[in-house]
Amino acid sequence: MSSSHQMSRHARNSAMLLLLGGALAVSACATKAPKELPPEPGPATTTTTAPTQPLGPEAGSQADFVARMMGADTIYFDTDKYNIDSMDQAALGKQAQWLMQYPGKRATIEGHCDERGTREYNLALGERRANATKNYLVSLGVDPSRLSTISYGKERPVALGSNEQAWAQNRRAVTITID
Amino acid sequence: MTARSFPFVLAFALAGAAPLAAQAPASVPDTAAQADQEPEDGGLTGSVSADGAWQDLGIAITVFATDADVPTRTNAGSTAALGRALSTVVAADLKDNGLFKPAGPIGLPQPSFGEVRAPNYPVWAFRSAEMLVQGYVHANSDGSLTVGCYLYDVALKQQLAKAGWKVAPVEWRRAAHKCADMVYSRLSGESPFFDSRIAYIAETGPKGHRTKRLAVMDSDGANMRYLTSGQATALTPRYSPDYSQLLYLSYLNGEPSIYIYDLNTNTQKLLVRSKNSTFAPRWSPDGKWVLYSMAIAGNTDIYKIPSGGGQAVKLTDSPGIDIGGSFSPDGSRIVFESDRSGSQQVYVMNADGSNQHRISFFGGRSATPEWSPRGDQIAFTHIAGDLRIAVMTPDGRHMRYLTNSWQDEAPTWSPNGRIVQFFRTEKNTGNASIWQVDLTGRNERKLPTPVGASDPAWGPIRP
Repeated sequence: MSSSHQMSRHARNSAMLLLLGGALAVSACATKAPKELPPEPGPATTTTTAPTQPLGPEAGSQADFVARMMGADTIYFDTDKYNIDSMDQAALGKQAQWLMQYPGKRATIEGHCDERGTREYNLALGERRANATKNYLVSLGVDPSRLSTISYGKERPVALGSNEQAWAQNRRAVTITID
Repeated sequence: MTARSFPFVLAFALAGAAPLAAQAPASVPDTAAQADQEPEDGGLTGSVSADGAWQDLGIAITVFATDADVPTRTNAGSTAALGRALSTVVAADLKDNGLFKPAGPIGLPQPSFGEVRAPNYPVWAFRSAEMLVQGYVHANSDGSLTVGCYLYDVALKQQLAKAGWKVAPVEWRRAAHKCADMVYSRLSGESPFFDSRIAYIAETGPKGHRTKRLAVMDSDGANMRYLTSGQATALTPRYSPDYSQLLYLSYLNGEPSIYIYDLNTNTQKLLVRSKNSTFAPRWSPDGKWVLYSMAIAGNTDIYKIPSGGGQAVKLTDSPGIDIGGSFSPDGSRIVFESDRSGSQQVYVMNADGSNQHRISFFGGRSATPEWSPRGDQIAFTHIAGDLRIAVMTPDGRHMRYLTNSWQDEAPTWSPNGRIVQFFRTEKNTGNASIWQVDLTGRNERKLPTPVGASDPAWGPIRP
């Protein structure tokens, strides 16, 4: 059972990578327009930063966070569980690294559940998942005052089917940095 | 906004009916005997078959007559049209609850105004009607309406019940519900429930980003009204016992919190000012207390606070999720949900939080307990793969399923404790709708709502 679970998790992650690839393409397009604008008036020396600026989201933005996490902005839970397993730890380590790099940034952690539970209990379970995530980030050195939590219970699924794979994707905690 | 209807016994000269009434016995033997079979504690496991015995009771419901066909300030039209509409509402109420087989008003003879109080019994006996409902509507000079409602036993040629109500034009449907309540109560021996309202969540939009709005409607789905715009997700409403307020959860400002919505002023305020999320609001039966659940650092416990404001009392203190809660009708005990044992189960405690003990031992998980207004049953959601509505006694015995579907949850009781409403979610689409089922589990039906609907909360009989 656990092996099939792992498999589904890998499948999920590769799906996530595909999605991210799409997202990157979109954001690359979005940054094209400003590049074609005439240079800002002012000392010519400042223009030297323009070529070194990598194509992509602005460093330290939520878009940058999402791009850099490569799917690790979200961690997943087993049915009715809220423990942080080794896979989650790796993802949260990555999140913590980013958050330490941009100490001025705040983040909200959203806790979510699959649809196969009662509405109110899932609100409480989402709280648990968001807080477990927050606590782990704090244990890695992130200032707790920078992190807030919110539970959406089962009200905001990302996978819309009614099957094990969809439910596994919906039992999640998502870190969203605040621009 | 205050209810302007007031029941009164009609003082008619019942010249025609009086002699018959004098001859007839005080009660109808058949129905009285059925009612007597029910145990005093209302243990419905034993009395379920009794429902079937009078399930086939044929009731003829006729178009309500009028003394003068004049315009009314209702959406139904003139008094004649309104008479038809009233009888249609009565028939719809009495249908679909598994109790009666109402016929009419379509296809039945229409009694004249004079016949309302002196039925033409042979006509109805010929049609094999056992019971006959007649009524009338009269437009008063002040713009209000008077509606009369009469129940007759055709075989006995006897009037069983009568009542009349003066209502404002906008509340004409209430008169029909009160008439249906009168018939239902007289024939079943049960308390009325039709003249009541339901708060719920109206759902529209795609599954991944559904709009959830606070909405209210009559017990039959009429007079539906949205109370919130849908910009902030609204969940889990509960009517105050006097219908003046609603408690519900809103994601307003991105902070899930319980609000008290005042239906008289259409304003709302936070129940508790806190940085922590509050959810699962519940009223005490007397409306003086509110139960709520609050998550602090991921741990959810149940609190009690005076509804008018004041000091909150923490009732549970387990490291697990303690959530929800429903008072016993006398307010002395609270049934609630906790996963302190490792999975969602149902517990009972005293209203001060003492003597917490688990009552659900059925395998699977047991959630969202709601104490019947009669006190004899607790409805809950049983989770074992599928989610199903079930009932048990307050000591955790005699568990019975009422539904068998993929996902049914969040039961709420009719004011008389004979019917349970809940919401059903469709596989894959996630479309939600409100359903109701009687305690036999045999009579299940979907409520008519204009859009998707969840989280029904049935209020008491209207004051």
